[in-house]
Amino acid sequence: MSKPVIATASLAGCFGCHMSLLDIDERILGLIDLVEFNKSPIDDIKTFTKPVDVGLIEGGCCNSENVEVLRSFRKNCKVLVSVGECAIMGGLPAMRNGIPIRECLEEAYLNSPTVDPEDRLIPNDEDLPIILDKVYPCHEVVKIDHFLPGCPPSADLIWEAVTALVEGRPLQLTYDLIKFD
Amino acid sequence: MTQEKEIVLQHPKDPSALLDVIRDVQTRLGHVPEEAVSRIAAHLKLSEAEVRGAVTFYHFFSLTPRGASTVYLNDSITSRMNGRTAVARAFEEEADCRFGEVSPDGRVGLSSTSCIGMNDQEPSAIVDGVVFTKLSPDKARAIVRGLRDGTPASGLVAEFGDGANQSSLVRAMVSNNIRKRGPVLFGPHEPGAAVRKAVSMTPEQVIDEVKKAGLLGRGGAGFPTGLKWEFCRREKAPERYVVCNADEGEPGTFKDRVVLTELPGLLFEGMAVAGYAVGARTGVLYLRSEYAYLRAHLEAVLAGLRKEGILGKRIAGSPKFSFDIVIKSGAGAYICGEESALLESAEGKRGEPRDRPPFPVQAGYLDRPTTVNNVETLATAARIVVEGAAWFKAMGTPKSAGTKLLSVSGDCARPGVYEVEYGLSIAELLDMAGAPEAKAVQVGGPSGTCVSKAGYQRKICFSDLPTGGSVIVFGPDRDIFEVVENFMEFFVEESCGWCTPCRAGNVLLKKKFEKVAHGKGTEGDLRDLEAWGKLVKATSRCGLGQTSPNPILTTMQNFPELYEARIQKGRDFVPEFDLAAAIQDGCAAANRRPACKEADHE
Ligand SMILES: Cc1cc2nc3c(=O)[nH]c(=O)nc-3n(C[C@H](O)[C@H](O)[C@H](O)COP(=O)(O)O)c2cc1C
Ligand code: SF4
Ligand code: SF4
Ligand code: FES
Repeated sequence: MSKPVIATASLAGCFGCHMSLLDIDERILGLIDLVEFNKSPIDDIKTFTKPVDVGLIEGGCCNSENVEVLRSFRKNCKVLVSVGECAIMGGLPAMRNGIPIRECLEEAYLNSPTVDPEDRLIPNDEDLPIILDKVYPCHEVVKIDHFLPGCPPSADLIWEAVTALVEGRPLQLTYDLIKFD
Repeated sequence: MTQEKEIVLQHPKDPSALLDVIRDVQTRLGHVPEEAVSRIAAHLKLSEAEVRGAVTFYHFFSLTPRGASTVYLNDSITSRMNGRTAVARAFEEEADCRFGEVSPDGRVGLSSTSCIGMNDQEPSAIVDGVVFTKLSPDKARAIVRGLRDGTPASGLVAEFGDGANQSSLVRAMVSNNIRKRGPVLFGPHEPGAAVRKAVSMTPEQVIDEVKKAGLLGRGGAGFPTGLKWEFCRREKAPERYVVCNADEGEPGTFKDRVVLTELPGLLFEGMAVAGYAVGARTGVLYLRSEYAYLRAHLEAVLAGLRKEGILGKRIAGSPKFSFDIVIKSGAGAYICGEESALLESAEGKRGEPRDRPPFPVQAGYLDRPTTVNNVETLATAARIVVEGAAWFKAMGTPKSAGTKLLSVSGDCARPGVYEVEYGLSIAELLDMAGAPEAKAVQVGGPSGTCVSKAGYQRKICFSDLPTGGSVIVFGPDRDIFEVVENFMEFFVEESCGWCTPCRAGNVLLKKKFEKVAHGKGTEGDLRDLEAWGKLVKATSRCGLGQTSPNPILTTMQNFPELYEARIQKGRDFVPEFDLAAAIQDGCAAANRRPACKEADHE
C-alpha cells in the first residue's frame, strides 16, 4: 500500500513553522517511514506530481503568487491545514494592514534612508508577483480544514496533528499543546 | 506662559482631576496637544502614557485638532433611518471636509459619535456641547455657515423644546416627548416628602420597604435594589457612597434624559434616601457628557434643595443625617455605563471595567462601599418610600413590580417616553406608539433582543423581555441586516479593549456577519457565527462582551428565514476574497498593468 502524501508551502511566513516541523528530532525518521513528501521546500519538489492527502500551509497571502500557490494546494490536497499564526491570522506581516499599500511601498523603496537616490523605484518587473492591498489569512481565500495555533506551533503539536491526520485519527490538541505561556 | 501651562496650572495637583484638566484643555484648545500632555503629566504626577491613554479612551477628547468648533453627528441606527446620510453629506459639503477631518480654514471639525440619547428626534448632533435635533441637510448647512461666521453654537438654536428645556438654564431644542405619564415617576410628588419620610424611619426600615416593594434595578441588570443597599450598609467602612448612573449609553435609551430634565428633584431625593439607607454622606451623579447641557439646570436644582434643607447638613429635620451631591462628567464612552468602569471614570481614569469581586458594594468609589444605581431606580425608590411597598407591588407583575419608563423610537407615529406597568406586551406597546406595521422590535438596545412578529405577545418584564428602556421599532421596509451591522459597529467601537474575546472577537463576528450580509455566506459561516458568538459571550469580562453578539444571535434565532435567503446553499465554501480587487492598489502604486490571471484551481 502506498504511503500517505504530504505537501507543504511557505507563503507570507518566516519559515519558522517549517523549522518547527523539522524540530521533531529523531521522530523525523519515523515520519519518513510514515509518509511521502510531494511539493514542498523540504524536498524541493516544485510542482504537484500526484494527489496529496495533507497540505500544510505556513504564512498568509501577501501577494498574487501566494494566492495562486494556496489555490493550487486546495485543488491538490484532500485536507488543508493552516499552520501557525501567520497562516491563521496574517501574523507579523499583517502589521502593515492598517497602512495603505502605496505608503508601504513608498516608505520601503522611495523614502527610506537606505535607498540609493539614483535608484528610487517601486519594483515593477512584470515577472514579480503583485503585492496585495493587505495580508489575508488563508481561510479567507480557500477553505481550510484545520488550524494549528502558535508562532510557531510546537514540534509536538505539529507531530500530533500530522500523524493524526495521516492515520485518520481525530485531532486531539490537548491543553498542554496549545498553551503558550 | 504658554496657554497649555496656564490652563493646567489652574487645576489642583490631584490625579483624580485628570479628566477635568483634559476636558478644560480640549474645550479651550480644540484638542490636547503634546505640550499639554507633558504638562498635565508633570502637574498630576502621572506618566505621559496615562494621560495619553485617558485622552484616547474617550470620544470627546482628541490628541489632534478637531477644529475651533466640533460637530459630533450621531451614528445610531435611528439616526440613519431618519436621513443621516444626507445630513452628513450636507455637513461635509458645507465644511469642505470629510467626517474625521477639519475644514481647511480650521473653523469646523466633523466627527461621528455613538447614540447621544436623542433617538426620538433624529438625526441629531452635539456641537460644542449644544444639542441640535431633527437635523435636515439645510439645517446642517446653516450650522456650518453660522459657526464659520463666528456665531457660538448656542446662538444657532432657533427654538426651544418643551418643559424645562425652555428654562433659562437649559435653553435646548430638545423635546421631552412624554407620551404616557404613569403613577410612579410622573405621579404627584410633594418636594421633600421622600427625604422627610425616610429620616422618620430607621435606615433598616427604609431598606426593608424597598425590598418589600420588589424594586429591581432599572439600569439593565435588574439587581434587587434593597438587597444592594443592604450589602453596602453591612460593609464596615468609615465612608460609603451613593453613585447615580446617568450615563445612559445604550442606543435607543433616553428616558433618563427626561427624568434629569423634568424630575431632577425626585432623583436627588432618591439619592438622599439611598444615602440614608446605606449610611453615606456623599452622592455622586455621573452625568454622561452628552447631557452636559443639563448641568447648569441640575446644579441650580441642587442649590435649591440645599436652600430648602433637603440636601446639606442635618437635612429634613434629622439631627444626624447630612447628605450632599456632586456632579461628575463623563467624556463619551458607552462602557462607562458599566458600573465599575463608571467608578474608574469618576475617579478620573480610563473607563475600563474592574475585576469583580470585590463588588462596588464592597470596594467602589475611592475604594469605599458604594451603591451604584440607575437614575430611574433612585427616582422610583423615592416614590416607594413615600407611597409604601404595597402601593408599588400592586402594579406590574408578581416578579416585576411597578412601572418602567420606556424610550420608544424608530418607525412609529409617536416616539417618546412611556411610563407603563411591567407585563405590557410588545403588541400593546406598538399600539400605543402607533406602529401597526412593525416588522421587528429591538428591545433592550443592541445588547438586548430583536423580536419578530411571532414574539409580539411577549411581555416587557424581567422574566421575559427585560430592557433598560430602549425599544426601537423597525418598519416593513427596513433591512434587518443593516441594523445588525450598525449594532456590531457600535460594539466594536465601544469595546474598551481589555479582553481579547471582546476586542478581537467582535471584529471577527462583524466581518463574518458582513460576509453573510453580502451574500457570500454558507451554512458553515452561520455555524461559525453561532459558535463564535457563544464564545465571546462566555469568555468576556464584563456585560459589554457578554451581550455584544446578541444582535447576530437574536436575529439568527428570530429571523432564520432572512439568513436562509442570504446564504449560498449547498456550497461548502465561498470566499469573499477578490484577487482582482486586492491587487488594484499594488498595481497602481508600482505603475503596473493588473496582468494577474485568475488561475482556475477550484
Ligand atoms: C456595557 C454596559 C453599559 C451599561 N450602561 C448603563 C447605563 O448607561 N445606565 C445604567 O443605569 N446602567 C448601565 N449599565 C448597568 C450598570 O452596570 C449597573 O448594573 C446599573 O447602573 C446598576 O443600577 P440599577 O441596579 O439601579 O439598575 C450598563 C452595563 C453594561 C455592562
Ligand atoms: S507563525 Fe510565526 S513561525 Fe510561523 S511563519 Fe509566522 S512568524 Fe514564522
Ligand atoms: S468585555 Fe469588552 S468592554 Fe468589557 S472589559 Fe472586556 S474588552 Fe472591555
Ligand atoms: S498576548 Fe496579546 S492578546 Fe494575548
